[in-house]
Amino acid sequence: MLKDVTFGQYYPAKSFVHRMDPRVKILLVIAYIVFVFLIKSFIGFLPLIVFFSFTVALSRVPVGSVFRSVKGILFLVIFAAVLNLFFYGGNDAKVLEIAGYPLKWWIFSVTEQGIINAAFMSLRLVLLVLGTCVLTLTTTPMDLTEGIESLLKPLKYIKFPVHELALIMSIALRFIPTLMEETDRIVNAQKSRGADFESGNIFRRIKAMVPILIPLLVSAFRRAEELGDAMDSRCYSGAKGRTKYKVLRMGYRDLLGAFAAALVLTAIILINIYFPHIV
Amino acid sequence: MNALEIKNLDFAYEGGKNVLSGINLTVSEGEFVCLLGRNGSGKSTLARLINGLLLPARGSVCVFGMDSAEKKNLFEIRKRAGMVFQNPDNQTVASIVEDDLAFGPENVGVERAEIGERISYALSAVGMEEFRYATPSKLSGGQKQRIAIAGVLALKPDMLILDESTAMLDPKGRAEVTSVVRELNKNGMTVISITHYMDEAVDSDRVIVLSEGKIVMQGVPAEIFSRAEELARYGLNVPKAAYIAKKLRENGLPIAEGIYEGEALEKALCELFQKG
Ligand SMILES: Nc1ncnc2c1ncn2[C@@H]1O[C@H](COP(=O)(O)OP(=O)(O)OP(=O)(O)O)[C@@H](O)[C@H]1O
Ligand SMILES: [Mg+2]
Repeated sequence: MLKDVTFGQYYPAKSFVHRMDPRVKILLVIAYIVFVFLIKSFIGFLPLIVFFSFTVALSRVPVGSVFRSVKGILFLVIFAAVLNLFFYGGNDAKVLEIAGYPLKWWIFSVTEQGIINAAFMSLRLVLLVLGTCVLTLTTTPMDLTEGIESLLKPLKYIKFPVHELALIMSIALRFIPTLMEETDRIVNAQKSRGADFESGNIFRRIKAMVPILIPLLVSAFRRAEELGDAMDSRCYSGAKGRTKYKVLRMGYRDLLGAFAAALVLTAIILINIYFPHIV
Repeated sequence: MNALEIKNLDFAYEGGKNVLSGINLTVSEGEFVCLLGRNGSGKSTLARLINGLLLPARGSVCVFGMDSAEKKNLFEIRKRAGMVFQNPDNQTVASIVEDDLAFGPENVGVERAEIGERISYALSAVGMEEFRYATPSKLSGGQKQRIAIAGVLALKPDMLILDESTAMLDPKGRAEVTSVVRELNKNGMTVISITHYMDEAVDSDRVIVLSEGKIVMQGVPAEIFSRAEELARYGLNVPKAAYIAKKLRENGLPIAEGIYEGEALEKALCELFQKG
């Protein structure tokens, strides 16, 4: 049941994208996000969409899985679109008319710019989510943690606890299935005592969660204490004097990725210069 | 040099009364010692003291000649006396077996290439070579506990302390773990095993019974398990085979004293039947 839910949405495969260095992938996603915000016109999205499509094709992740991620933010996209549609201000904005009736009511009005803006914003949001989701689909949480740790390494010089942060992340990931299993067990135990989690209004249901959350919390603290002892007896004493077994290595794939990103950036800058208008 | 030397040890948790008092215990290298006692008798506390997780209030604990009272020894003590706990789920730190086994050696600063070798060694010692890239949460209880043992073995210890490491396992998992520990002991590992299963204690070199923080019985299994009444006073049973042998003896069958273990009982009974 709950146990089978894996954290994130990793899609196991051995593709070109899967094998890239997680650090490079994280940096590429950051670059991608910056690109999305650099783009000023619809035509500017073209190189980015080509880049994205290529990546998805290379990753061998089914297109359906990639697009499923948009479902989660559909509400946000619609909300942003509606806001843009109705509230696009500006005095010069021309209110649209349908069969002689102006599309205007109280403070709401539909303008041509409003429609264009709504479409532009929606596209931006969708591309943003699609891009980041390729990262989580092709990188295990463990690798992501390693990547983040390695990228944050310079922060060590200002005494930022990089190693501790990475260890906390990887322990959290490690305990997700364990705690899921435990939640399952507690839910079943409470159900067998007649607890009802499925009926009643929202407040009732939230209240019904209390007998699950409290034992879960208590057990999590007990586990934390035991884990602390186990770590101590395995000689853990912080980052000092520690070696690292796993090393991340960059390869030709990462070089190609960076090169592709540079191409996309050039294309976007050129398009921004030659097509400065949104449509 | 003795693997463990405890002298006049007293210990109390903060604000409580003595949990252990007047403990004197010596364990020689390569010995297999079983620690028995009812709940709350202080077994886990003693184990933690040996591993340096707790420090004595009075007296001393020396592991391979190193006194745990000296802070600089703690690291080395934990390296040489590894501890395996009861719940296998709360001992793994990583989502991949290999990464978890690397944790100990990484902590003590072992070189990368050697960590790889140590992982292979630890996995083969617990017979789980093919699980190097597995996810611990998907393994069976016995396998998880063997991985926990491997995690300790990766530090190349000379002593293994097991605090009820089989308590949460089914009979199959328990058998897996006990046979791994036994094999390690055969190859020279000193073992201190805390257990509630008397049948696990019958093969040990020495049995120690703890009650209310004191060592109340000590000796080879044959001797300890022949003192059933005394054991019962400390909340312990004799192993099943010893119990059956005793009942048979009481009912007039000529079964020798000192039979406390399944195989010996079987042999005695067979001999009896052959005689007619
Ligand atoms: N962290 C602690 N703080 C205070 N008292 C403790 C703590 N841990 C254990 N004790 C007390 O110390 C005594 C001995 O506990 P210990 O855990 O050593 O017993 P045990 O023999 O391992 O028992 P069990 O068979 O249940 O594991 C008990 O009375 C217990 O209540
Ligand atoms: Mg205990």
